[in-house]
Amino acid sequence: MTHVIDAARIAAVRQAAATRRQVVVAGLVAALCVAFALAMYLGDYPVAVPGIIQSLFSPFTGLVDRGVDFIVLQVRLPRAVLAVLSGASFALAGIIFQTLLRNPLASPDIIGIAHGASAAAVFVIIVLGWSGLAVSFGAFAGAVLTALAIYLLAWRNGVTAFRVVLIGIGMAAMLAAVISYLFTRARLNEVQEAMAWLVGSLNASRPGDSIVLGGAMLVLVPLMVALLRGLDAMELGDDTAKSLGARVEFTRLGLMLVAVGFAAFATAAVGPVGFVAFVSGPLARTLLNGAGRGFLQAALVGALVMLVSDLIAQHLLPAVQLPVGVVTGACGAVFLLWLLMASGRSGRVN
Amino acid sequence: MSVNHTLMAAGLDLAYGERQIVSALDISLPPGKLTVIVGANACGKSTLLRGLARLLPPQRGAVYLDGKPIHQMPTRDVATILGVLPQSPIAPDAISVADLVGRGRYPHQSWFRRWTSEDDAAVAEALTATDTAELADRPVDELSGGQRQRVWIAMALAQETDLLLLDEPTTFLDINHQVEVLDLLTDLVRQRGRTVVVVLHDLNLACRYADHIVAMKAGRIVAEGRPVDVMTEAVVADVFGMTSRVVVDPVSDTPMIVPIGRHHVERATAIPA
Repeated sequence: MTHVIDAARIAAVRQAAATRRQVVVAGLVAALCVAFALAMYLGDYPVAVPGIIQSLFSPFTGLVDRGVDFIVLQVRLPRAVLAVLSGASFALAGIIFQTLLRNPLASPDIIGIAHGASAAAVFVIIVLGWSGLAVSFGAFAGAVLTALAIYLLAWRNGVTAFRVVLIGIGMAAMLAAVISYLFTRARLNEVQEAMAWLVGSLNASRPGDSIVLGGAMLVLVPLMVALLRGLDAMELGDDTAKSLGARVEFTRLGLMLVAVGFAAFATAAVGPVGFVAFVSGPLARTLLNGAGRGFLQAALVGALVMLVSDLIAQHLLPAVQLPVGVVTGACGAVFLLWLLMASGRSGRVN
Repeated sequence: MSVNHTLMAAGLDLAYGERQIVSALDISLPPGKLTVIVGANACGKSTLLRGLARLLPPQRGAVYLDGKPIHQMPTRDVATILGVLPQSPIAPDAISVADLVGRGRYPHQSWFRRWTSEDDAAVAEALTATDTAELADRPVDELSGGQRQRVWIAMALAQETDLLLLDEPTTFLDINHQVEVLDLLTDLVRQRGRTVVVVLHDLNLACRYADHIVAMKAGRIVAEGRPVDVMTEAVVADVFGMTSRVVVDPVSDTPMIVPIGRHHVERATAIPA
């Protein structure tokens, strides 16, 4: 007995998935708007809502109130914008790696790329004795070089996901040792500066950080979108992808470069804020429940996680500004445990 | 699907790294027929299939699709003519059956030609043909092994290619589903004039369903032709290193191989002279 299905029902199944994707996007955008509004409103210096709105639109209206404008446009807005941009960048870097390597553990903060950025930044602070923009440049170079080293070490007639993850984890351990070694030969004030950078923070954010990161994203996002179609086939395994006519090696290398770009620029801007790259993709996919790959949704989750974590970090303790990395680290560790236990229960640790 | 595309290989050497698997192999797949490749484990039958499907570049020789070297053709052009179901494809987490089968439409789409009602129709037809229609909105994760295998075949069917290569599509299936899959492939050949190539383990099903059978040993073709002409006791002994009796399948009149081991040989007449 054969069941017959017609094109209209297939279209209906696809439409249901599309609707779910749109609902998730709408919900995340709404949450992000609320968090952004809170980021504008909360702070030591009280600004009433009309004042905030007037400030935000002052470039268009020409109405100026120096005190309020400084707080809103020079302090709160750049910080919130940087949180959104860096959160989205970390999330996209994470979900690209996790999807390509088919492994939720394969995010750049687990497979050594964040460690590469950290080791290079610590080297710049302690050995070269530089600070500021030089640290960002060092972090960027460290992330790119580490990714390159992992790719080359994993190469054996093409790269397999498993080798990249294992070599990446080994690389992470090695770079952690390098950081520890650098600490042993540093002066206390240098260690303090390096530690502050390593936790990852928006406390020292400058408007220039957002401009650099935003500019990088303007280049990286279109590249990513152009390569995403190939991922439709590549998710089914290399052989299936090749037989469907996808250019597997080209797409994989391209997407990895884009992901390293996202991770490197975001790390250079705010430091290696832990776990945002790692949690955003799986959270987005949980919301979608099979209705899609969730790149856009993951970017929104990443922005939201970063923004809310920073609000908590700023306002949890009175008179103390925690680095955002402390909050994401604490929440992310709980999520990692949950992921490991959930995958242990279903019998799959891949 | 009225045009029959041709697939052949000449002087084909295939290797994984240093390890040579297939040597100097010539093969021409009869268009509009069901070809089955059989052979012992590690004889190179899956490797040959991957070579024919341009998934493994040859060390020497070439594979020709419609007379042109397949490795020099644009891979997407090949994908509209030749479909492949590899041995262990991967389903992304939580993907639905309709979505997975829809991935078979990949070579028919591009940045400028996204999903259309034609794609919906192709998916619906593939689901109907593999009797997986009622699974359309279910997650692939939750299916049984047999259902999953049929969904993967549906994915390959949705590609709507004239040539279809399948690597052990009946593995993990109960006997009834094995027969269903082979019936389905036979329908494709007889009703739609497609060319189908399958690697199979079960010799008796291979003999029953093959229009053309290819027996391989150590990377070479030992015998090929109609099963009734090819599958003799001598060929089975050569290919599998096993004595057997070949009798007539009481259902299909095709050769049926009855293996002879060390135990349970009760009739003296069973031993070949």
